Amino acid sequence: MVRQIVVFAVLMLSIALMYACSKNEDKINPDEKPVTFSIPSNFPAPAYHFEQNKISNAGFALGKKLFYDARLSADKSVSCGSCHQQFAAFANLDHKVSHGVKNCQGKRNAPPLFNLAWQKAFFWDGGVKNIETSPLNAITDACEMGTDIQTIITFLKSTAPYPEMFKQAFGTNEISSQLLLKSLTQFTGVLVSGNSKYDQVIRKEAGVSFTAEEQSGYMLFKKKCSSCHAEPFFTDFSYRNNGLDLVSSDEGRSHITGVLADFGTFRIPSLRNIEYTGPYMHDGRFYSLDEVLEHYNSGIKAAENLDPSLKNGIQLNGTDKAQIKAFLKTLTDNEFIKNKLYSES
Amino acid sequence: MKLSQYLLALLCPIILLSSCKKDADETTPDSKSSFTLEFEHQVNGSALNLNTTTYKNAKGEDFKINVFKYYVSNVKLSKADGTNYLIPESYFLIDESKPATKLITVSDVPTGDYTKIEYTIGVDYARNFAGAQTGALDPVNGMFWTWNSGYIFVKLEGTSPQSTAANQSLTFHIGGVVDPNNTIRTYSTEINTANPLRIRTDSKPDMHFIVNAASLFTGTTDVSFATLNFTMGGANSVVIANNYAKGLFRLDHIHN
Repeated sequence: MVRQIVVFAVLMLSIALMYACSKNEDKINPDEKPVTFSIPSNFPAPAYHFEQNKISNAGFALGKKLFYDARLSADKSVSCGSCHQQFAAFANLDHKVSHGVKNCQGKRNAPPLFNLAWQKAFFWDGGVKNIETSPLNAITDACEMGTDIQTIITFLKSTAPYPEMFKQAFGTNEISSQLLLKSLTQFTGVLVSGNSKYDQVIRKEAGVSFTAEEQSGYMLFKKKCSSCHAEPFFTDFSYRNNGLDLVSSDEGRSHITGVLADFGTFRIPSLRNIEYTGPYMHDGRFYSLDEVLEHYNSGIKAAENLDPSLKNGIQLNGTDKAQIKAFLKTLTDNEFIKNKLYSES
Repeated sequence: MKLSQYLLALLCPIILLSSCKKDADETTPDSKSSFTLEFEHQVNGSALNLNTTTYKNAKGEDFKINVFKYYVSNVKLSKADGTNYLIPESYFLIDESKPATKLITVSDVPTGDYTKIEYTIGVDYARNFAGAQTGALDPVNGMFWTWNSGYIFVKLEGTSPQSTAANQSLTFHIGGVVDPNNTIRTYSTEINTANPLRIRTDSKPDMHFIVNAASLFTGTTDVSFATLNFTMGGANSVVIANNYAKGLFRLDHIHN
């Protein structure tokens, strides 16, 4: 009789243990900090609403895994992360233009990825109007990932651990383009860079201040650059011709609008993390900030639709350039660039 | 014995309730039913056969069709008294190569006599930019431009000996929602009041439309494939949209 009770008790205990185990497996890591989309206090309200795409750790983890998975590309050689490298603020270090499948060279410089939730149009020509549909361009471009969404979905359905990850992220056994794009957005949309020295100074955080050189650079910047590179994003998101060529070899914005006045115009890029996002311009023609500043000082070409503010160039002497450069480096957000949460793991 | 009595007691009100419901369906104005939209594809009166049959455009040029698909969205039905019903989330992709897509059942429509139907040829402005979509609007359907976001409203691909493009191909991808190259067009037609679309709980009518693929190439501008054989948005897409706005759809008859 006693033996029977003991056997029964052991049986119950082991069932309870098994239950506890399986319970734990449901949550990947119960102590994990929840991933959040945080808005720096010096930023306005975002354009993208995560209310329609609720962030979860599982959704973010799935988006991140997809972002870094080269198997999604035609020849399994290129992931999103290949051309958007974290140490370059998710731009492509040392590459003038993006380097896609089958060693194909794209035609434009891979832009950095951060603060995308505030952006209303994407790519150098603003052709894509929603962050969620942005990856489709890179996925299908013959010179980027060279594949199509259906091929990717078929791959994901038959490749562990994706089915399980989709289930954890969205609570369904379905794998669709919508869920794929929403999870990627949970990753890319959460990439917020708003804790540079500049931000800390603007927010008057204790113990942070510009050096005299940085301060002078900031004053010069506000006078000479901020009409296009407007704070706090250091772009006004407009499309302009900045006098790189008399006649651009890339049609730029007019490819999207069909309007001649937009020929050879490109979206004003953000200058945040500019220290690490070279080479510069839509075609990556300038390798250093010195070359960029010299372009505005002496290299402006009188293109037909040159932006009026650049008609006479931007006069900058050696001291000006040094000061502006010192200021630009305060836009580097090391916490963002080194945040392990965003790294391929 | 006891059990069956309880069961009977339980069943009685259920039977009563369900019979009440039946009565309400037939008499109250908020009863609902369904109808079908049927799209029959033709080219100037002949049946559309992909890849095989040769047709002539208004300029007398030969052509064949390999792909023919288009969106119908925001379907709105109106009654003679001016009230109308917009079918919620009505986005349909009709594809000649998928026969099932040519017969669409629309459910949960308030019963009544409808004397007008109206819909967008394509996809409304907002939904072009609304982020990742599902169903008919899923980008896997090959009707979404990835580099210039927005939907292809009407897609016709084929060949013509007159085409100057590689492989004598014809590529007409019509879309774009921003002026001056906005290609959103609306189709609407009055329905003969003698035979309106009668939606009843016990009758699910069928609206039969003739869809003329050749309407892309005539109507406002007669298109020659020697000069226009490729468009993916832009001014030439507007030329095509202006053409098909006039003649793509014709309500042939209604089976009540």
